[in-house]
Amino acid sequence: MSDQDKILKDVTQSDYKYGFVSNIESETIPKGLNEDVIRLISQKKNEPEWMLEFRLTAYSRWLEMEMPKWAHLKIPEINYQDIIYYAVPKQMAKKESLDEVDPELLDTFNKLGIPLEEQKMLTGVAVDAVMDSVSVKTTFRETLAEKGIIFCSFSEAVQEHPDLIKQYMGSVVSSADNYFAALNSAVFSDGSFCYIPKGVRCPMELSTYFRINAANTGQFERTLIIADEESYVSYLEGCTAPQRDENQLHAAIVEIVIMDNAEVKYSTVQNWYPGDKNGKGGIYNFVTKRGLCKGVNSKLRWSQVETGSAITWKYPSTILLGNDSSSEFYSVAVTNNYQQADTGTKMIHIGKNTKSTIISKGISAGKSQNSYRGLVKISKNASGARNFSQCDSLLLGDKCGAHTFPYVECENNSAILEHEATTSKIGEDQIFYCNQRGISTEDAIGMIVNGYAKEVLNTLPMEFAVEAQKLLQISLEGSVG
Amino acid sequence: MLSIKNLKAEIDGKEILKGINLEVKPGEVHAIMGPNGSGKSTLSSVLAGNDRFTVTDGEVLFNGKNLLEMPAEDRSREGLFLSFQYPVEIPGVSMVNFMKTAVNEKRKYLGQGPMSAGDFLKMLRDKKKVVEIDDRLTSRSVNEGFSGGEKKKNEIFQMAMLEPKLSILDETDSGLDIDALRIVANGVNKLKTENTSSIVITHYQRLLDYIVPDVVHILYKGRIVKTGPKELALELEEKGYDWIKEIN
Repeated sequence: MSDQDKILKDVTQSDYKYGFVSNIESETIPKGLNEDVIRLISQKKNEPEWMLEFRLTAYSRWLEMEMPKWAHLKIPEINYQDIIYYAVPKQMAKKESLDEVDPELLDTFNKLGIPLEEQKMLTGVAVDAVMDSVSVKTTFRETLAEKGIIFCSFSEAVQEHPDLIKQYMGSVVSSADNYFAALNSAVFSDGSFCYIPKGVRCPMELSTYFRINAANTGQFERTLIIADEESYVSYLEGCTAPQRDENQLHAAIVEIVIMDNAEVKYSTVQNWYPGDKNGKGGIYNFVTKRGLCKGVNSKLRWSQVETGSAITWKYPSTILLGNDSSSEFYSVAVTNNYQQADTGTKMIHIGKNTKSTIISKGISAGKSQNSYRGLVKISKNASGARNFSQCDSLLLGDKCGAHTFPYVECENNSAILEHEATTSKIGEDQIFYCNQRGISTEDAIGMIVNGYAKEVLNTLPMEFAVEAQKLLQISLEGSVG
Repeated sequence: MLSIKNLKAEIDGKEILKGINLEVKPGEVHAIMGPNGSGKSTLSSVLAGNDRFTVTDGEVLFNGKNLLEMPAEDRSREGLFLSFQYPVEIPGVSMVNFMKTAVNEKRKYLGQGPMSAGDFLKMLRDKKKVVEIDDRLTSRSVNEGFSGGEKKKNEIFQMAMLEPKLSILDETDSGLDIDALRIVANGVNKLKTENTSSIVITHYQRLLDYIVPDVVHILYKGRIVKTGPKELALELEEKGYDWIKEIN
């Protein structure tokens, strides 16, 4: 079967194909959030005292904060006492050998297309698989270790590389940063850690696959990536969750630190359960992602394909501190049915001759609301800074909304900023043109949407670009009647 | 090939086609001429299956099949091609990918397997020669940034790729300079066989110097008011459309 046919088949068959629940017994702690729960999480993870203190400080900050209201989102009241903050698939002391891992777990990741047996994997991709609150398995660790690359779960990093964690955790996103960052810092349970040493080009794609399985739980993970001088890494994260009627909360933090002449590419294919056609269920995805281009001539590229979640609140941002550092943000956000997305980026120019590019493509269908929100800030000393922003919106049907909220703060007169924005509707004449050439309406929409998003999809690693194309098509299934 | 009987169609409650009768046999070229607003483009849209128009009466058989019951994509796959008066742009979708999808959808409909990449590229090369289309055009997105002339050439190129039984050329000459007109007309002529037919819709006799019709019809106020041999086009050119208006 050709790729094309596979896509066709997927389109005609599936709604949300990752909606299954795995029959894995999990060990959970009681619902609710208080200091004792945080102590319990810390204790379960056998954490050092400094980590518990970090959590407790964050918790006390969170208690004083209020949920942000500025986003163009209607967020139902979240009862934080009604969430389970720690759920672990049973017998989950992390296993060295796959033979000891629960076959049901392996099966789950197989079904998601993420085989954890190294010989079955896409060559050139190392995966950290996270289920609910813990990392299940990290592949290719040894291969990577030969180059001095550390790629492991966050919990292991706390035990094995405490100095790096102490130095960098919270250095880009402090626990006081915002409401959800504070919450995450208090209760996070796992995530991925990655360190690329000086002068090393990471030979494979690193990726973390997040899966929520248990009911009534939230997922709170952190990712920390450090790219030392002259190093390079391409990192990808993917996410799915079962189809459930109640909403589930996912509040993550990603921190990236990039030294002199180093480069990081961070790609996300976000496909959390979006809720059903009537807007019931779905994940609340409230995420803080930020990179610090600390070194001279450092580079960070964000690529994201956001198709899932009932509500998305997410602004991967870059602080351009080093002179001549640069950052790009490429985003496709699709909303259908009753989904809401408020997403974009912040580019903070501090160093001289810093450059940033923002390409955002919103696609709204059904009764969804899709907003781009972005800030370009040029600080006083950022002479010669440049930004180019392009925000396009595509509407399918007439019951959805697309909004653009670009903010610019410029304190240096030598900066050059450009902003372009377009809003368009998929034209009936475009669809008819395709029909007349023998292409069905469904395929025509897929084709037009993928064409529209091409600039962004092209920035994804090859293996995932195909996956992302399919996703776009599936997400918009039935959106034009 | 095509048999239209008493075809009536309307848009937004306004009747445009008021009973069209037309027989096109294999190998024939029919020209349809008429003043602005006579219903020429509506006829081509209705035949191609554009659902902005509502058919209120009549029957259309295409190779014995009821054309009006088919969705637009099936009409195409059955071998009906419309060269658009205003071809639309589809940004980001490459011509090659677009054509590959179209060709393979048709093959699938006919119960054939998809074309191999090699065969497809060879076909692409061969057809490009037929219509003298620039390599540049097929490497770009569908019609994006094409000039008026390039868009029309691209229509004929797609026609060559899809090898239709019946081609409807809707004012293919509009917006073309004389050289482009010649290239487009040559392409159409080269693709002509004794089993394929064309309906050429035009305002002007000019195009018919290059694509010589077997039959000329004059459409006026939603009806075919006069049918004759190719000389009718010359007569019309000479006397102008007022002549038609007077005799009706």
